[in-house]
Formats: sequence, structure tokens, C-alpha cells
Amino acid sequence: MNKILIQGNHVIGEAAIRAGCRFYAGYPITPQNELTEYMAENIRKVEGGTFIQAESEIAAINMILGASAAGARAMTSSSSPGISLKQEGISSMAADELPGVIVNIMRGGPGLGNILPSQGDYYQATRGGGHGDYRTIVLAPDSVQELADLTMDAFDLADKYRNPVLILADGMIGQMMEPVVFGEPRPRKYDESYVLKGAGKGRSRFIRGLILDALKMEEHNWKLHRKYQAIEQREKRCEISRTEDADLLIIAYGTAARIAKGAIKRSREAGMKVGLIRPITLWPFPDHVIREFSDKVENFLVFEMNTGQMLDDVKLALNGRGHVHFYGRPGGVVPTPVELAKVIAHHYNNNRSLDED
Amino acid sequence: MKKVFGKPESLKDAIFHYCAGCGHSITHRLIAEVIDEMGIRDIAIGIPPAGCAVLAYNYFDIDMLEAPHGRGCAVATGMKRTLPDKLIFSYQGDGDLAAIGTAETFHAANRGENITVIFINNAVYGMTGGQMAPTTLLGQASTTSPPGRNAILDGYPVRMSEILALLEGTKYIERCAVNTPANIIRTRRAIKKAFQYQMDDVGFTMVEVLSQCPTNWKMTPIDACKWIDEVMALSFPPGVIKDIKGKG
Amino acid sequence: MTKTIFAGFGGQGVLMMGYSYAHAAMNEGYEVTYLPSYGAEVRGGTANCTVAVSDDEIASPIASEPDYLVVMNNPSLYMFQNRITLGGVIFLNSSIIEARPTRKDLEICEIPAGEIATELGNPRVQNIVVMGAYVKKTGRISPDAYLKSLKKIMGEKKKSIMDVNRKAFTAGYELLS
Repeated sequence: MNKILIQGNHVIGEAAIRAGCRFYAGYPITPQNELTEYMAENIRKVEGGTFIQAESEIAAINMILGASAAGARAMTSSSSPGISLKQEGISSMAADELPGVIVNIMRGGPGLGNILPSQGDYYQATRGGGHGDYRTIVLAPDSVQELADLTMDAFDLADKYRNPVLILADGMIGQMMEPVVFGEPRPRKYDESYVLKGAGKGRSRFIRGLILDALKMEEHNWKLHRKYQAIEQREKRCEISRTEDADLLIIAYGTAARIAKGAIKRSREAGMKVGLIRPITLWPFPDHVIREFSDKVENFLVFEMNTGQMLDDVKLALNGRGHVHFYGRPGGVVPTPVELAKVIAHHYNNNRSLDED
Repeated sequence: MKKVFGKPESLKDAIFHYCAGCGHSITHRLIAEVIDEMGIRDIAIGIPPAGCAVLAYNYFDIDMLEAPHGRGCAVATGMKRTLPDKLIFSYQGDGDLAAIGTAETFHAANRGENITVIFINNAVYGMTGGQMAPTTLLGQASTTSPPGRNAILDGYPVRMSEILALLEGTKYIERCAVNTPANIIRTRRAIKKAFQYQMDDVGFTMVEVLSQCPTNWKMTPIDACKWIDEVMALSFPPGVIKDIKGKG
Repeated sequence: MTKTIFAGFGGQGVLMMGYSYAHAAMNEGYEVTYLPSYGAEVRGGTANCTVAVSDDEIASPIASEPDYLVVMNNPSLYMFQNRITLGGVIFLNSSIIEARPTRKDLEICEIPAGEIATELGNPRVQNIVVMGAYVKKTGRISPDAYLKSLKKIMGEKKKSIMDVNRKAFTAGYELLS
């Protein structure tokens, strides 16, 4: 086992290269610059590896589109404002059914906001983000180790479903160093027939998103929809922890989930039975797990570093069952476990007194 | 009987949707002829734009990848860097290349990407219905410059070929037209040269084609062809703008 | 779990202090996180990083109440002195920090790192002098483990550099009884 201490942004680059990423284009933006720099330093050292510092976020995502169509495992990365700019290309890749990995190391917003850790892009990430009827798979790691694992998975999922995959982390996961052991990447399975490389001796092909005929466009939409349904059936992931006897469940992802784990530890020490559901895929959202818990748990506390976005998905999952509470800190504030433990105690005790009445 | 004219192999059997007198269909055919002549149909990949030529993949019998509006040069960059042995060309209109895609075009040229851009300049946004383009001439009426383009309000026509020629990354840029038989032959020669440069790894090449748009110019096809020589060519003079290999 | 903030001017090697310590603690089998200050925050010359070391999973890598504070310059002392937990320890580079904390609950380790490093012939190893004192006082990892990590991080650099670092570390280590 070769454990190394490595920064989140570097880990994405290293895991991507190990997973066979051979094309990276990006544009400088904090707090993800170390990833771009890592790719500049390292991807050109591997055979066929291309690094381009693009003139814009828009150019970067469109370079990824071209490289992906040409058969490369391709990645771009940015932080919140830059991801907004990339949406045109992400929508196009979804329409064209092209694989690709897009990394969003989120910062405070809206607008330029700040460069501190935030989770304000949940809606954008999980609802497609750009125009049109599409989805992207969204992976939300809560540690640098998981960032390494999910980066490799992201390339496999992108290929498997021929769809863009987003890695959604924040400035804290990107900047932080933690011990990491890199797993073995799986060999790439991607049918050559999807790659445009000139017609050769055969028939020419084209990839396009413009379909002027309404019925044909509808057909394409339904085809994509069926693919998204298949993803929803197969790819939901979440971690559950300390839920066995819980009367209050925290639902949090990424950095917020780490903080929740710390808060739960404190709450448990104070005798409160609190557990955690941590979605790892934000889309598809692991709603089935939350729904199952509603048979035995009445109170849910959604905790996010925003003003309440995943909250909607939790409410949809529960569909009126149980009580859903929310605690959030937007704008780049990283709440402390102590702070969240106080919020937990408040809800927990309110809930107790109600039960006792 | 001797065959004097035929459809190039690199074109499909589809009928062009372009308006009568439009320069796109001529330019499509020239590209296809050059691909046939050079024997590169197996390795050619075209990147059509958003605009009138958005359906180019219905006509070219080569691999094609549609780019989002203006992003042809970025998409081509991604493809070419991944498949350096293929012939990659983007096909872009004036709005696509010189307005919404200026940055992508400029920087691909500046990086000296070994790609070829076929730049169709018809001084108007064709597909959306004749709005003012970056290349619309001063005084030229369009649906968004109804009294004619006014420099004070609308700025000046952009000469992309001259601008890009200043960049060290560009190797060959020529402005041609498809309004007369002589000009068509010249355009064909320019396309062939650009493709050959790309095959020889020379670097960024662009052929600007002054292309008639009778529908949006509200002219007959014949008048439109004349207008290119008499009016448009004054602002966009045809000729070799840059050729690092000298006169070829 | 213990959390430490290392802070100073850019160029004083404060990120190296945190990184080398986190590296050594990881090799000793602890859970660790290392979080640097970044972006606009560090423009203008100050830098800091936070290291958490724990037997269990670490929830937040941020230290709202660090157990230890290692400060290499005056501004860092002002910035962080009142964040330390009750009864915490400040390691202070007394060669250039004139001020002293007003809090009476804190333990203060004054380390004349500048003078010691100058005596050793390389003022740039001030940070490693302080690390010697820090490793000694905090007692979580062995001096050998720290030096092993430092050597690994220094990598291929000249042997003489590692030698002076070792001397610097030992001087700091022996400063505190």
C-alpha cells in the first residue's frame, strides 16, 4: 500500500491521468488552479497526453467536446463562475452523447462571489445546468481519498453512458491534503464505433445536436430520457452511518457531510441518537434510501453550505412524510461541527418534548 | 461519351437546401472536390457551425462533428490534438467566426493549431434572417441595421483575415470569392493549398470566401454576384493575405 | 484530535512546517488533514496552514479553536492569538516577534529561531528550528519520524541542506526541556 499525502486538486489530476485521461483543457480560476497546473506538468509526460491552457472556459469545454468525439478520455475543470460559462458545451455534449469529465471546485456565489468553499451550485449541477432536457451524473466526494476513487469512476461512468459526468467538490476538498492510496483503474471499455476518426473505407458518420424535425428531436429527447432512467436505476450511491437506532437523520454531502460526522459524534456523546445519510451521487439522487428511512425516522435535518438546495430533493424523496428541517451557511462560510451539534440538539430536544407531550 | 461534370464522391446524393444563388453550395462542392482529388476522404473530418451551413453533415459524405455556435476552432483543436494525422477543417460563417467565436478563432490561430478554417463571409447573418454581421459593410442595410450600418452606432466591418494574418501562428490566409467561374477556380486552388499545408504540418490556415446571399441581400443571384465584385470586394479585397511559403 | 495553525510571512516556510508535520503524522499511522490558506487571502505576504492530527476520522480540517499556534511573525500573532483554545500553546519566533500574547491561560514557547539558524549558518532553516521545539513539546510523533519525513520531502536536494536542517531541528528540539 502506497499512501501519500496529497492535495485534492492534485489528486484529481493524478487519478485522471491514471484512469487514461489524455486530454485536458482549462482556464485559471481559484480555488482549482493546482489541478490545471498539475495537468500542465504531468499529462504531457504520458504518451498522447495533451494539455491546453484555453483562452476561455467556453473554449476549454468545446476542446473537450472535440477531443471526446475523437476518442480521447477528456477532462476540464473550473470553479463556479467558470462552470456557468461551460454550460453551453456541457449541454452540447449531453445532446451529442459524448463522454467527458467536468470538475467543479465550488466557491461562494452568485456572481464572482468569493473563493471560499461553498455548495451553492447544487441546483446547477443536478438539473443539467445548461439549456435543454438533460442530466449529468454528479459525484460528490467528502474526502481526498474519495476524490481519487470517484475521479476514476467518473471516466468509466462517462464512457458507460456516453454522457458528461460532473465531479462536484468545493474549495476545501480541492485545497486540503489528506492521505491517499490510488486504486487500480479499470481498463477502458468504449466502443470504437462511437469515435469519429475519418470515414476510412466505410460510411461517413456525423455527430450533431441540431435536429430541426420536432418528432425526431422528441425521439432523441425520449432516448436520452430512457438513458437517464437507466442511470437512476443503477447508479445511485450513498453512505449511511450510525443510522441503526437514529431518531434524527442528517442528510449532507461533501464537506458538509464531514462536518456532520463530527457533529454527530458530539451529539452521540451527549446521548442523542443521530445518524447520517450522505448522498455520493447527487444526480441520480439516492431518494430511495431516504424514503426507506421515513418508515422509522420522523425527523430529518438537511445540512448544506448554501441556503437550501438539496433540501428540495429530500422533500421530494419524502413526499410529505416526516419533518424536514434545514440548516445552511452560504457564501463561503464553513460551519463547525460544534455549531451543527447545537442545531442538532435544538431539533432533537424539540422533537423529544413533542413526543413526550 | 466523355463525362465533363460529376458530383464529387465526398458529397452525398442529397439536394442542397440552400437558396438559389447561394455561395454555400458552391463552396461545399469545392471542398468535396479537393478532398476527392487529394484522396483524403478517409481521414477528413469537417466541423460545421451554427448558421446556414449547420446541416452540412447532410451533404458531405465525410465524418462531421457539429460545433456549438462560434466554437468551431476550439472543437477542431480538441479533435486535431487527439487525431493529429487526420485532416480537420471547420466551416464557419461570419457571425460564427468573427462575432460569437472571435476568441476561439483568434486563439486557435495564435496557437498555430494545424487546422484549416473555411470562413464564409456573406456580410450578413443568413440563417436567422439577415441581421447585421460583424462583416456587414458600412451603409449596408440589414434587419438590425435598417437604415444601413452606421459606424458611430454599429462599428466597422471586421477584416478577420487581415487581423489573423498578424498572428505568428497563422501560416496561410487567402481571401477568395465564389461569384464568378474564375473566382471559383481560385477558391478551389486556395482550399487545396490550405489542406495541403495542413497535411504537411505547416500550421493554421484559413480561406475566407466572399459568398453571395441573394435572399438576405434582397437581390437576384446575378446582381448578388456583381455586388461582390463592385461593392464587397472594396472592403474585403481578395488575394493572398499571408503565405509563409511565399507565392505558391 | 489536535489542531495546529502555522502562520507567518510567505517565504518563512510555514506551509512546509505544516506539510512536513502532517506527512510525518500520516506515516506514524494517524489520520491527518492539511489545509493551506489560498488565493487572494495569501497575496500580500502572509501565509498559514492548518494541520489536524487524530486517531479517528477528521470532520473539519479547519481549526476554529486550535490547540497549538505556531507563529513566525507579528501579524500572525495578532491574527490568531485569541483563536487558540483555553490553555493552548503558542510557539513564537522570538527573534522577530516583539509582542507577547496578553492571555494568561496560554503557555508560550519562545524560540529565538533567527539567532539559532544564523549560528548554524543558514537563516532559512528558522522554520525547522521551530519544528524541533514543536515536535518536542507536542510529543505526538518521534523526532526520528519527523526527520524521516523531512528527508523524504526534501528528496534529491543536496545532502548539505538536509544536514543543516537536521542540526536546526535538533537545536530546536533541545531548546525545550
